[in-house]
Amino acid sequence: MTLLNEPPYGGEAFAGAPSFMTETYQQIVGTIGELLTGATKGRFKIDEATLLKRDLNLDSLAEMDLLMMLEDRFDVSISLNHLPEIQTVRDLAMAIDRIKKEAA
Amino acid sequence: MSLYAKFASLAETYRGLAQSGHNPFKVAIDRVLSPTEAIIDNRPTLMVGTNNYLGLTFDPECVEAAVAALHEEGTGTTGSRIANGSYAAHRQLEDALAAFFGRRHCMVFSTGYQANLGMISTLAGPNDHLIIDADCHASIYDGCRLGGAKVTRFRHNEADDLDRRLRRLPEDGGARLIIAEGIYSMLGDRAPLAAFVEVKRRHGAYLMVDEAHSMGVLGRTGRGLAEEADVEADVDFVVGTFSKSLGAVGGFCVSDHDEFDVLRVACRPYMFTASLPPSTMASVLKALEVLVRRPELRTRLMGNARALHDGLSWRGFVVGPQISPVVAVQLRDVATAIQFWSALLENGVYVNLALPPATPNGIALLRCSISAAHTRPQIRRIVEVFEHVGEKLGVLKVRQAAAV
Repeated sequence: MTLLNEPPYGGEAFAGAPSFMTETYQQIVGTIGELLTGATKGRFKIDEATLLKRDLNLDSLAEMDLLMMLEDRFDVSISLNHLPEIQTVRDLAMAIDRIKKEAA
Repeated sequence: MSLYAKFASLAETYRGLAQSGHNPFKVAIDRVLSPTEAIIDNRPTLMVGTNNYLGLTFDPECVEAAVAALHEEGTGTTGSRIANGSYAAHRQLEDALAAFFGRRHCMVFSTGYQANLGMISTLAGPNDHLIIDADCHASIYDGCRLGGAKVTRFRHNEADDLDRRLRRLPEDGGARLIIAEGIYSMLGDRAPLAAFVEVKRRHGAYLMVDEAHSMGVLGRTGRGLAEEADVEADVDFVVGTFSKSLGAVGGFCVSDHDEFDVLRVACRPYMFTASLPPSTMASVLKALEVLVRRPELRTRLMGNARALHDGLSWRGFVVGPQISPVVAVQLRDVATAIQFWSALLENGVYVNLALPPATPNGIALLRCSISAAHTRPQIRRIVEVFEHVGEKLGVLKVRQAAAV
């Protein structure tokens, strides 16, 4: 069974999420998860702690393409300069959350 | 922890390629015979991956000019222009390039890579924005990183996407520089420059076009895609190289901006490297003259490009949509591409093997670059060898079956 067939972002996967996080943050995590699950054809179990490079074997081009998709999904600008700080799904979601708040 | 630990998976791929027969990263050209022929593994080989678009590497006038400069001014400048001074030839070459492009200013660099690295990193600082085509060359990406500007990619050749991404940028007072290429080196396709210019104007951005593969190839007088698209006045910076149509090595940038000259004392990849040697400058200057004087070279190049493109596509290979001196044959997977590339070499045809992530969308390519110096019998031979190998590997059979 692939991740595509189950609700990928049910409660327990994110039990460790900091409590101050807003629902919006959770939605961002959900969207990232959906995109990554699609891009990796459901081969991996993806949660907030997933390492983009090491766990999902994303190369530099795939990482940049992921940012591009996320920019379109959230209608924000995420410069490539964020990439060195982004290792996990959580890092990525927090960066987008911050950018969204700054742009608002 | 070893310094090499981070390369473990790369090293494995590299070893894998070496075991597949020929290692594409270790091709040794034993002897170069002409712009289109060489000896590889004791075998006469047709060179179809050299970027030698006008075939000027053995042009008698260019060779003679280089030899004379070598005798008159020595083998090298042994220093940078800032610390050790410019030779008359540096200025002559810059003046000639500025005149050729109809621009007021020019800076020459020791390689094309450094021209992009230097111009982009110096023009766009940490408060500025670079908006680059996703398929831009590595030298453009590296220039973006070196300067610390905020970098956004737009979808390859999509003006609407460029517009959308410019609109999303924060209003932070930073300048905006858009970067695209005349001809893209992997697939040979061109940027929709007229549409980009409209977007650029709407957003008050600057536009840089890298004409590395299109100078001497496109445009009525060979100035590249900006000339062909009739948008030169809206292109703020043209960067280019001497290592393709001009047959040597080095790079340049031309512009009309009044402030341009200050970059000579701000641009580190210009300031802190040895300048071009006299012999190289002499051959480039002569090659530029030949490019202007012999427009028939461009006509022959495009005729050859069409012959190779049509020959391969008629035989069922998947090639790019536009006629271009870069003819990229797309294959279904990396393993087939490596096998195909090795077989071509064994049959005396050298092309470039291009694999992801150096290629867009994860495709595997056999990248051919055609030259004005190729003869029609040579082109027929290239197509025959492709067909022979394609049938042997089942690539063409599969395609024809699918077409029925």
